[in-house]
Amino acid sequence: MIVTEQKPLEEILNMLKPFKRVFIIGCGKCATIVQTGGEEQVKQMAEKIKNSGKEVTGTIIVETPCDARILRRDTRALRDVIESSDAILCMTCGAGVQDIVEHLSKPSIPALNTKFLGIIERIGEFYERCRACGECILYETGGICPIVRCPKGMLNGPCGGMYDGKCEVGGYKRECAWVLIYKRLKDLGMLDLFKSYKPPRDNSKLNVEPRDIIWVKTIT
Amino acid sequence: MSGAAISELMASLKSGKFTFTGELEPGKTANLSRHIEAAKKIKGYVVACNVTDNPQSFAYISSLVASYIIQRETGLETIYQITCRDRNRIAVFSDLLGAGALGIKNILALTGDHTTLGDTPQAKPVFDLDSVQLIKMIRQIVNEGVDMNGNPIESPPKFFIGAGANPNANPIELELLKFEKKVYAGADFFQTQVVFDIEKAKNFLKETSKYNVPIIIGIFPLKSYGVAEYFNKNVPGVKVPEDLMALLAKANEIADKKMKRAKYNEINLEYFSNFIKELKRTTPAAGCHIMSVGYEEIIPLLVESVK
Repeated sequence: MIVTEQKPLEEILNMLKPFKRVFIIGCGKCATIVQTGGEEQVKQMAEKIKNSGKEVTGTIIVETPCDARILRRDTRALRDVIESSDAILCMTCGAGVQDIVEHLSKPSIPALNTKFLGIIERIGEFYERCRACGECILYETGGICPIVRCPKGMLNGPCGGMYDGKCEVGGYKRECAWVLIYKRLKDLGMLDLFKSYKPPRDNSKLNVEPRDIIWVKTIT
Repeated sequence: MSGAAISELMASLKSGKFTFTGELEPGKTANLSRHIEAAKKIKGYVVACNVTDNPQSFAYISSLVASYIIQRETGLETIYQITCRDRNRIAVFSDLLGAGALGIKNILALTGDHTTLGDTPQAKPVFDLDSVQLIKMIRQIVNEGVDMNGNPIESPPKFFIGAGANPNANPIELELLKFEKKVYAGADFFQTQVVFDIEKAKNFLKETSKYNVPIIIGIFPLKSYGVAEYFNKNVPGVKVPEDLMALLAKANEIADKKMKRAKYNEINLEYFSNFIKELKRTTPAAGCHIMSVGYEEIIPLLVESVK
């Protein structure tokens, strides 16, 4: 799940300052589940925008705004309304905003902050679990990711900032990722995975440039 | 730690002599005269002296520059501390070659405290390498004369490579596994986190004796009651023993400044002499790393007292 948070209204209104007529797009997947850009939140946002003295030309919940095909399909019937608007307020993650930018010509304003790729324990309790780093090492670490759960991204065990199984960052409240990994590997009888040296990550394959995946069709 | 000694620290540890090291922490300054004076005071009592690299993530003077200047001005060999927090592997490699050119012989390779703990928490935490990978990188430079990708170094430096360890760590099994990784990565010697509980030091030294790597145990004579309180409040896992706290508290009540200082010295000498003698008598500890920054006057007294 892509976990998002709504920006403060003041910030949103500030970005919308130059625009009079606003169209709002919500997200039917992640932002709906996380309750930041679903039907209810879009409705409430429309009210707030109206109360600030602007006109809301229309709203839509696109099933998956980050899927260009779905975005085009769902907004096709609303092309004229969108054309007549000054700006689009996007209650989607950053990927959604940028898909909207690429396919609809209007200035697009983000209403949400995209926080992380995580899990939902319950509504209002979200935990980051994946950094989308590009080369998964979860097998070697008992299924617990040190890239995302260790603030230093340590690969060869805990640092000196671990005390009683807790992490120095944030004041010894969070579990040290490497203590979790150690315990898990020990339980699985796979401690050899801990003992083996992990070389530094190859950043040329990770996050130095925007990553694309293009399937190459093979003729059989 | 094979081959001819490349530094005085290495020679001392190789000889099996109980070895003392000290620590200097140059701060937010471009003038090192105070630290040079401190180094002069402890020279002859400690074999070498650590120079910290932005400790607790406070932005201070470069540890490489300070290591070089202090060594040059005093003749006291420095142990250049280098962390992974502020530099990626290119910058670390380049600093290591620079250190070689400046005549630095000893290195302590650390991961480094997290940026958010310091006085510039907005900084980007780099951590391109961790301490184990850094040790391995230095080992490759020294032994094979190559960088991380195997590219040859025209004239590779020689370093005596140190690593950190924490006998207070809990769970300790995990710390021991990490220790092993550092040994296999190429650590020549270890300096530990401050230890007050001698049983923890003894246990750690017993568990690690099979690796046959010199371990220098960190100790911290306490300049004042305030310093001891700071320790208990701010350094998790390190607790100043209650009996020592009580003695320091009593000394703290003495009004006369000179008498108070003398009393503090007396308490520290008594406590840490016994600690060191016990280490020497019952453990394979290679020495003590006296970390009391700003309390250099205790070092000659303490070292003399355990001769």
